Amino acid sequence: MAQLAHDMKHGGHDAHAHDHGHHDQEGLKMLGFWFFLATDLLIFACLFATYIVLRTHVDGGPTGKELFEVKGFMTETFLLLTSSFTSGLATLEMRKGNVKGLIGWLIVTVLLGMGFLGFEITEFVQYAMDGATMSRSAFLSAFFTLVGTHGAHVTVGMFWIIGIMIQLSRRGITDVTQRKVMTSGLYWHFLDVVWVFLFTVVYLSGMVM
Amino acid sequence: MDSIKQFASTFFVTGDPMIYGADVSIVLVSVAILFYLTKFKKWGWLWREWLTTVDHKKIGIMYLIAALLMLFRGGVDAILMRIQLAAPNMKFLESQHYNEIFTTHGTIMILFMAMPLIFAMFNIVVPLQIGARDVAFPFLNAVSFWLFFMGAMLLNLSFVIGGSPDSGWTSYPPLSELGFSNGPGENYYLLSILISGIGSTATGINFLVTILKMRAPGMKLMKTPMFSWSVLATCIMILYAFPALTVALILLFIDRIGGAHFFTLTGGGNPMMFINLFWIWGHPEVYIVILPAFGIFSEVVSTFSKKRLFGYTSMVLALVSISIIGFFTWVHHFFTMGAGADVNAFFAIATMAVAIPTGVKVFNWLFTMFRGRISLTQPMLWTLAFIPCFAIGGATGVMLSVAPADYQYHNSYFLIAHFHQVLIGGVVFGMFAGLYYWWPKMFGFKLNDRLGKWSFWLWNIGFYVCFMPQYALGFMGMTRRIYVYGWDRGWAPLNMVSTIGAFLMGIGFIVMVWQIIYSIKHGERDTTGDPWGGRTLEWSIPSPAPLYNFAEIPVVKSRDAWFEMKEEMAQPGYQKKPVHIEPIHMPKNSGIPFFMAVFFFIGGFGAVFEWYWMAIPGLIGIFACLFARSFQYDTDYYIPVEEVEATESALGRL
Ligand code: HEM
Ligand SMILES: [Cu+2]
Repeated sequence: MAQLAHDMKHGGHDAHAHDHGHHDQEGLKMLGFWFFLATDLLIFACLFATYIVLRTHVDGGPTGKELFEVKGFMTETFLLLTSSFTSGLATLEMRKGNVKGLIGWLIVTVLLGMGFLGFEITEFVQYAMDGATMSRSAFLSAFFTLVGTHGAHVTVGMFWIIGIMIQLSRRGITDVTQRKVMTSGLYWHFLDVVWVFLFTVVYLSGMVM
Repeated sequence: MDSIKQFASTFFVTGDPMIYGADVSIVLVSVAILFYLTKFKKWGWLWREWLTTVDHKKIGIMYLIAALLMLFRGGVDAILMRIQLAAPNMKFLESQHYNEIFTTHGTIMILFMAMPLIFAMFNIVVPLQIGARDVAFPFLNAVSFWLFFMGAMLLNLSFVIGGSPDSGWTSYPPLSELGFSNGPGENYYLLSILISGIGSTATGINFLVTILKMRAPGMKLMKTPMFSWSVLATCIMILYAFPALTVALILLFIDRIGGAHFFTLTGGGNPMMFINLFWIWGHPEVYIVILPAFGIFSEVVSTFSKKRLFGYTSMVLALVSISIIGFFTWVHHFFTMGAGADVNAFFAIATMAVAIPTGVKVFNWLFTMFRGRISLTQPMLWTLAFIPCFAIGGATGVMLSVAPADYQYHNSYFLIAHFHQVLIGGVVFGMFAGLYYWWPKMFGFKLNDRLGKWSFWLWNIGFYVCFMPQYALGFMGMTRRIYVYGWDRGWAPLNMVSTIGAFLMGIGFIVMVWQIIYSIKHGERDTTGDPWGGRTLEWSIPSPAPLYNFAEIPVVKSRDAWFEMKEEMAQPGYQKKPVHIEPIHMPKNSGIPFFMAVFFFIGGFGAVFEWYWMAIPGLIGIFACLFARSFQYDTDYYIPVEEVEATESALGRL
């Protein structure tokens, strides 16, 4: 009997077809992940709303204009946008069935993500050294929390992608690993989109305000 | 030595005889449980059957037990408050103790009683009703439960270790900020809700996907039973509402431990920002708990009137429009903020508009009963009691939504009476109706009728005796959250009446517990699987349902699928189709959800006391669990045909 169960499991697509009432697990997970992204998007929406309400509440402390440095945040933007592009290239390699290419581009993606984080941390430390900490003013509380939450997401995303790379190297491209690459890729692009908003709402409009 | 003493005297809550009593009883109960489990060698059973289960039916039962325990705890809080308020100048509780009790009462009742109770119903009913073998993500379902459980434990720990939160279930800053709430109590509040809130969001995603994707073949969306429809609408609201709560709580927590200035009065903070975020979740939350109750009433009314539900389409539309309008009313909780006439007018009108779809539903229930063959079973009794109760609660809600008038009622006992009327008369009565209705499906026997009627009348009379006077007290100027008042106010008689009502409800609860215990032995057994003459698929299978629910996934042709199938079977010349059984695909049990929740607890407890040496390992543990799970590939198995056949024939189904 165990043998039968075993066969069913590893029978690939055939087992699927005559398995009445067995749902397409990977499809379900993909849909669930979209809903998760919606909730995450709303978290960011609330943080953005808070930031917009509080950004003028500088309490005599530094304003965005005084703090932000074009070179820093432009580099961050460049790194993150490029990483989104390389994550797309990884998906393309997956479509072609090329595990090596897939893992290669994922490595590049993670490295770019690390670069992004490096710059972001440097930026935060710089501000803190100038006395612009989270407890200085409501504006800075909102700034660090909003940008920091994004950074924390990027960090989690990196570890996640690393985990998936290990699984890819062990198991190759299967239904399951394919879905995992897709969801993590989706997540990564999502963070990219959030960054575009951050860039506009926080940095660009901070520079002109 | 001295430093240990010093530590212990702040770590443990001391000085109050009631707390010492609680300490003793907690220790005794824990010892008794440990003793029982060891003596009867039940550890393995507990671990295999419950702690690691991913079966939605068992998870549902665990939610149910936890919710009833929390109802007890919240109820004790309520009784204590009512004793203190029974007469002027009472010395039963001090002000601080009173503050703590109203805070935990509200928090527990909404987040750790109402939420798990609706999740119990989701879990127990939805997969059976839509003809599925489990939810979309059984593992995640277990995670949700254990997160709720650990959140609830964390909050309940606060009253013996560290001290309870005391700034109200709404926890408004600046009162809830460091300067005014220094102890760990407020942190307990924030972290316990955060932890259980993650679980709630996951449940929302889980059931949304389940209902969208796992309905039996032929069950179009517009053929889905009304309870499942209400769960669908609720889940959408959960997804939209909970992120706002998460953000509000996290920002307040950052204020408290990171010295930030989101909601403080200094540094440019804005307390109203919290209050807005809180109610952007909070108002939808009240609909999150009431919509499933609406769903239950729809099922019950139709079954016990022996008619199909009147106005199915308009019921669906009403659910959907409530879930949309519900997001545009939040400001009615603070009309007095002074946002200006235009803003207040918008939110007042939106609030009143919610009454329209609600009214549509009430009339549909009435029309379903009209000319039906009504049988007054216990679920039906609670439904009948709900209708007038909710009508009054809705009407007082509309009174509150008149912005200028609300300046008068706001935060008075009128408001207290309003929301208890909709929450008890709506949510609690609804869940009780569901409990009695689906109890035989869960456990295989009915709950005793005679005791049930006692409990029903005690609850109902108690409810009106308790809360009707509070409307009047509100008009007489009694505000919420006060702990003493003088004789000169003239509030004494009505308060005494109100307290008597609270005791009646308390007795009603005890009778209910007795009813459950009594029925375990003497309750009428359900051998058919369909004790009520049900209309939906859950009644087509044995009670309690086997592990895999359906030996063969049913094919649905119409709305009341099981009713139609029964009609078909009753036709002369009906030929029973042979059952075609295939190996059934099931998820394996897993200990990871439990361990992950334990790490959440450790991390949460560390964060409450700002002990980073404890919080950080907790956090690492959480991520380790996630990582470990990601590397698990062997997560499900097949139940072989022979085993399914053996089970089915033992149940007399083959
Ligand atoms: C037609 C339906 C309803 C209307 C028009 C309505 C209106 C209102 C208004 C205007 C308030 C704020 C009053 C104030 O603070 O001065 C309020 C408070 C409240 N309502 Fe309702 N409501 C309705 C239904 C419900 C339902 C169904 C529930 C729960 C199941 C509910 C639960 C609450 C709660 C918990 C509060 C107060 C929370 C607090 O301040 O602690 N309401 N309602
Ligand atoms: Cu409201």
